[in-house]
Amino acid sequence: MFPEEVLEHVFSFLNSHTDRNTASLVCKSWYEMERWCRKRVFIGNCYAVNPRVVIRRFPEVKSVELKGKPHFADFNLVPEGWGGYVYPWIVEIARAYPWLEEIRLKRMVVTDECLEIVAKSFRNFRVLVLESCEGFSTDGLAAVAANCRNLRVLDLRECEVEELSGHWLSHFPDSFTSLESLNMACLGSEVSFSALERLVARSPNLKTLRLNRTVPIEKLSTLLQRAPQLVDFGTGAYSAEIRQDVYSRLADAFSRSKNLKSLSGFWDVTPAYLPAIYSVCSQLTSLNLSYAATRSPDLTKIVSQCYNLQRLVVLDYIEDTGLNTVSMSCKDLRELVVFPSDPFVGEVDVLLTEQGLVSVSQGCSKLQSVLYFCHQMSNSALISISKNRPNLTCFRLCIIEPRVPDYVTHEPLDVGFGSIVENCKQLTRLSMSGLLTDRVFEYIGTHAKNLDMLSIAFAGDSDLGLHHVLSGCDSLRKLEIRDCPFGDKALLANASKLEKMRSLWMSSCLVSFGACKLLGQKMPGLNVEVIDERENVNSLPEYVPVEKVYIYRTVSGQRFDTPDFVRIMGKDKDDLFSDKGLKVAVLFCSNFGTFRPCCCTRSRSL
Amino acid sequence: MSSPLLGIEGGGQANASMESGFPKNPTFTERNYLGLSDCSSVDSSNVPSPCLNLKATELRLGLPGSQSPDRDPESSLTSSEKLDEKPLFPLLPSIDGICSSSTKTVVSGHKRIFTDAMDSCSEIKGLSDGSWLSAASGSDSDPSKSVIQGKFSTNSNVKGNVSSGDQVAKGVTTNLNKVNASNPPAAKAQVVGWPPVRSFRKNILATSSKNNDEVDKKPCSAALFVKVSMDGAPYLRKVDLRGYSSYQQLSSALEKMFTCFTIGQCGSQGGPGKGNLSESKLRDLLHGSGYVLTYEDKDGDWMLVGDVPWDMFIGSCKRLKIMKGSDAIGLAPGATEKSKNRS
Repeated sequence: MFPEEVLEHVFSFLNSHTDRNTASLVCKSWYEMERWCRKRVFIGNCYAVNPRVVIRRFPEVKSVELKGKPHFADFNLVPEGWGGYVYPWIVEIARAYPWLEEIRLKRMVVTDECLEIVAKSFRNFRVLVLESCEGFSTDGLAAVAANCRNLRVLDLRECEVEELSGHWLSHFPDSFTSLESLNMACLGSEVSFSALERLVARSPNLKTLRLNRTVPIEKLSTLLQRAPQLVDFGTGAYSAEIRQDVYSRLADAFSRSKNLKSLSGFWDVTPAYLPAIYSVCSQLTSLNLSYAATRSPDLTKIVSQCYNLQRLVVLDYIEDTGLNTVSMSCKDLRELVVFPSDPFVGEVDVLLTEQGLVSVSQGCSKLQSVLYFCHQMSNSALISISKNRPNLTCFRLCIIEPRVPDYVTHEPLDVGFGSIVENCKQLTRLSMSGLLTDRVFEYIGTHAKNLDMLSIAFAGDSDLGLHHVLSGCDSLRKLEIRDCPFGDKALLANASKLEKMRSLWMSSCLVSFGACKLLGQKMPGLNVEVIDERENVNSLPEYVPVEKVYIYRTVSGQRFDTPDFVRIMGKDKDDLFSDKGLKVAVLFCSNFGTFRPCCCTRSRSL
Repeated sequence: MSSPLLGIEGGGQANASMESGFPKNPTFTERNYLGLSDCSSVDSSNVPSPCLNLKATELRLGLPGSQSPDRDPESSLTSSEKLDEKPLFPLLPSIDGICSSSTKTVVSGHKRIFTDAMDSCSEIKGLSDGSWLSAASGSDSDPSKSVIQGKFSTNSNVKGNVSSGDQVAKGVTTNLNKVNASNPPAAKAQVVGWPPVRSFRKNILATSSKNNDEVDKKPCSAALFVKVSMDGAPYLRKVDLRGYSSYQQLSSALEKMFTCFTIGQCGSQGGPGKGNLSESKLRDLLHGSGYVLTYEDKDGDWMLVGDVPWDMFIGSCKRLKIMKGSDAIGLAPGATEKSKNRS
């Protein structure tokens, strides 16, 4: 038995949440020791647990990370008002953790009031990261700027902010010098440039600066000169009339930025200004040109000089030729993201095909993560990719047209994706598209043993597909499905699996109200949320499929902040004894045998 | 708890085991609900015995109004009143095949059951009869696929054109036994949330390609999501303006979205045509229903919807607001003096 001090010291080396959770399960004293010294808490689903429970268990927390809405909220599949409010959390942690330093939120609704509470409650507050959040305005940002004397990081990633004015930036007091990272790229309003310049000038530790679109290209050189220590820089709108003096100053400023490793921004690119960055290309490990609507030759010239690039985010304007250059020049590439320039056009004008991805998979031996939008794919290409890159951990392929088969053989892409899961044994994340039958799910269930997150759309033939996934994928924690013919059977047959996952999303599938209710009744550890906006939803028969269902495990029971189009099914005790409930139960059991609820031990650590 | 209710069809022994098993047995045995449990220690009486196969209440997976091979043809229904007698989870007829074949054989192990089922399925006229092998991209000539696709295009409609339950049932019923070549999948129509690209990315690219001379100009068809708020509603919605081609469509879509909040609503009578939500119509709304539709334009001013041609409107609309008529007075169509009304 180790003395506490030794245990505490040992635990201080455990940084991952998984490790900490595991350690806490060893024995009671380890549980106790661990909970007192845990400094960072990560809650992947804000509705899985109650803030008070968290606070009671972990009294000494310095950093809280929360996630709210399901991933498909990014694509407008979760109606506004669904939930994900951070306010109840903020109120509790403001009371309990006066020395909290960091808050990271993803897909949550954050109000100005929340930001004001944050600004005023934590004396040593240092890091605020809001990713894909909404509900606040620039007033909230002003409160943070004005009050957080020790703020180091203000990172607004792809948030929807109500822009009342750009004046918020000027609220950082003159005495404020601790800024290390500022990302305001998602904001639309213009900030006072002089305030920005002064802020940059008095922040010697500033490493990350991502401007928004309103900062003109002419001003970039000024900022770069003020912050030669910058590592991560995001430009504003990268366009202007072509002027030699502006260009020279800019090129010069870039060439002096010896520490720059990451570039982004580049809205509204004027191609003539792109060569200004050539001098830093060989330093770059990360380059995001996904707003640069410029053609392949310009993009190719840039990437051909990025010998140390590890992460490339680009539009399909790069085309196969550009990706071929990437495969030859960027030998250290780990992550490739290719977005569609024009996702809704029928005819394909851009010469980006599956070939681009195949060549990168051939040339870039360290490639681990792919997000690729294209218009055509073949099984043989997928097989090649899987054989070239068995070290892939994240493979997300979006063929823009739903249900498109192999363009060469006209067969489904089952075999291709099957090859991916079979060869890439470390695959943790997979998104599929194109024409897919139940067969692909059989492959996935058989081979994808490390798969953590799976996204499926317009695929499959029957419940068999879903059953393969739920019964076969041992590590699966997040499953999101849309527009697939998966229904009640597979879901109910694998009810116990759902308690081992974080969440399951199914929209435009064939899951009925009755099944959702039954699942909710029988599984007290799950919230089964039916999200259905139809006017007459209360009068629909129970066999009718729901629009959307979101199922997640929880120890905090049902939530009470739901709008009228969200129903948490089966938690009302009356349901079970009503006529309808009885009929559901009886009919179900007559064919499937008895249905025992899952009473597995609740050893779920937080 | 509820054990007596659940054990009814399983026979007496099952009843007893349910009652005793329910509160006491803490472990959950995974069962193959399409057939049998492969745990030999489990009561065999948990297996639904074929003689108790009550056809009338038997769970089938078939679409409402579907005919499965075993079924009494007279029970093939198209009228909604009889839908109540339908099986509980009427979905794909093919799963029906799995159901009936597996109750006959006692097998252990999940995979064999499914293989058996799949084999028998292919003989049954249904949706997984292998015809997907010939399905080309976007093909809608495959009759079996068309049912699903027809259904999915209903479900995948642009927000606002939400199918009601009746619509789903009827649409599916009518599709079912016909070769439905005239029901194309939502291939060219914009499906909500597809492709999975964030909204801000779509909007930005739209404006970017307009600005940049070097990029080929195409008719801009990116989605254009704007927020719609309503006085008194607890939360706001988003609509894709490019999903509509007239004020008429937008108005009815919004009406559907916000009916639950409103007593009076934006009128949806047919207008004379595109962009012609007439002055008199708007005035009717003002005096009649109590709510009007307004929008904030690029300059930040609040205007009445219906004033300008549709294309101009979507080009300048930043967000929408359903206001009480009394608040909107002063936003008369065609007014040159801009109102100071703000939310």
